[in-house]
Amino acid sequence: MPLTLREVMLGVRRSPLLSALSVVTIAFSLFAFGLFGLLVLNVDRALRGVEEHVEIVAFLADGTLPEAVSTAMADISSFPEVAQVQEVSPEQALARARAELPEFQDVFDASFLPPSIEVRLKEGHRDPRTVKEVTQRIQTYPFVDDVRYGEDWVKKLYDIRNIAGAAGIALGSLFAAVAVIIIGTTIRMTVLAREREISIMRLVGATDAFVRRPFLLDGFLKGIIGGLLALLLTWGASSVISHSLIQTTFFDPGVAALGVIGGGIIGLLGSALSVGRHLRRV
Amino acid sequence: MIRFSHVVKEYPRTGLALQDVTFRVNKGEFAFLTGPSGAGKSTILRLVIVEETPTAGEVRVGGSLTSGLPRAEIPRLRRKIGVVFQDFRLLEDRTAEQNVAFALEVTGAPRDAISARVSRLLTQVGLASKGTSYPKELSGGEQQRVAIARALVNDPVLLVADEPTGNLDDRATRGVFQLLRDINAAGTAVLMATHNLELVKRNEYRVIEVNRGQLVFDSAEGNGAGVVTTPSPA
Repeated sequence: MPLTLREVMLGVRRSPLLSALSVVTIAFSLFAFGLFGLLVLNVDRALRGVEEHVEIVAFLADGTLPEAVSTAMADISSFPEVAQVQEVSPEQALARARAELPEFQDVFDASFLPPSIEVRLKEGHRDPRTVKEVTQRIQTYPFVDDVRYGEDWVKKLYDIRNIAGAAGIALGSLFAAVAVIIIGTTIRMTVLAREREISIMRLVGATDAFVRRPFLLDGFLKGIIGGLLALLLTWGASSVISHSLIQTTFFDPGVAALGVIGGGIIGLLGSALSVGRHLRRV
Repeated sequence: MIRFSHVVKEYPRTGLALQDVTFRVNKGEFAFLTGPSGAGKSTILRLVIVEETPTAGEVRVGGSLTSGLPRAEIPRLRRKIGVVFQDFRLLEDRTAEQNVAFALEVTGAPRDAISARVSRLLTQVGLASKGTSYPKELSGGEQQRVAIARALVNDPVLLVADEPTGNLDDRATRGVFQLLRDINAAGTAVLMATHNLELVKRNEYRVIEVNRGQLVFDSAEGNGAGVVTTPSPA
């Protein structure tokens, strides 16, 4: 077994409780972070779902020739911001109204509803400015009577997304910082518990790198194990919420793996900082 | 081997620990470092093993000037110096063999060479049969022998011993001291700090005495008051 790994195992065997405590502390710090991440993910997803409904409806003038509508649709489809263009005839509009609004159940004449073109925008192009710009372009067609896109609604949605994004970054950074501090302190306890050993290592001519190596590996492994535990806890919490409250989305495997590796890196950094500070003193 | 030139050491909190100390210990020499508690013996030893650097003056060990020595060079210098302490400083959760081997492992020595060297050293210090014992299963004298074996593992040119017999009874003291003499006879310079004046008197080695941070006697120079007149209890 390589010497560094043997030293790590020896450290764990010598103080199993402290090692377990380190792993649990790391796990809970990352669990708190994971829960927050889950909240951000689901709020983001919910907002995205709402945002998908952002659409521009262009009402067409009576008697617009079908060729003109087709040309306009092809034209609008080629806008870089546009994802989908759909023509809605008065009959389709009435069928939809009947399905969505009970007061339309008794209406049988579709002629009072104008034909329209519904335009959906691509993700990343649903901000108020772009929506307004596309709307203005559509308005230039002579057979377009009116264009609606729910200006206030789009603006509010955009504001909510911005606030949620900023809060996510701020709180996420705070959670990450707290996790780093807690993990760093825990690892520092491990370093202090082995202070005598470090002084003996240095006395017999161990280089700083040699002294540091087992601690770095120790921190990394504890971070990975803590990260896996945190992932398990977060998954458990997500399942419980999904079963008892609302359906939640869990991290995709790539993000989950990144979280576990992140735990390892935090453990490694925490160790590097603690040992570095300690070595400078001795 | 060791050269102190007008060395001053001052600590921010406790003040002056050494003032204008000048002496040298030659290759292969045996020297006692004596003086009352707080006289500056440990400070001198810490300066030799580069745990400290002087506030003023120069300390040279094995030809290297310790002040300004790059941090990466310190371990290399320490491998040339064996260190033995009063409290042995053994790793309690490792056997005698593992304690000795550890000092070789940190230097990156090949593993197959380590075990042969460790058993040879344990035989040299008279502990061939105790290699698998843990420190708490050994007597004080035996623990100090393990510490000496560890100090010798890298073939040091200098052995620094800080009160190596301070925690030992007379019989163990005699055994450990004889071991140090043998090591010196084999060519390793020994600087031994001690309170044991009987031991100092009984042996004709050089005596360097410090008091209140100053060198007050050096038998090689023949100056000052002399060790016998400034006893202090161990």
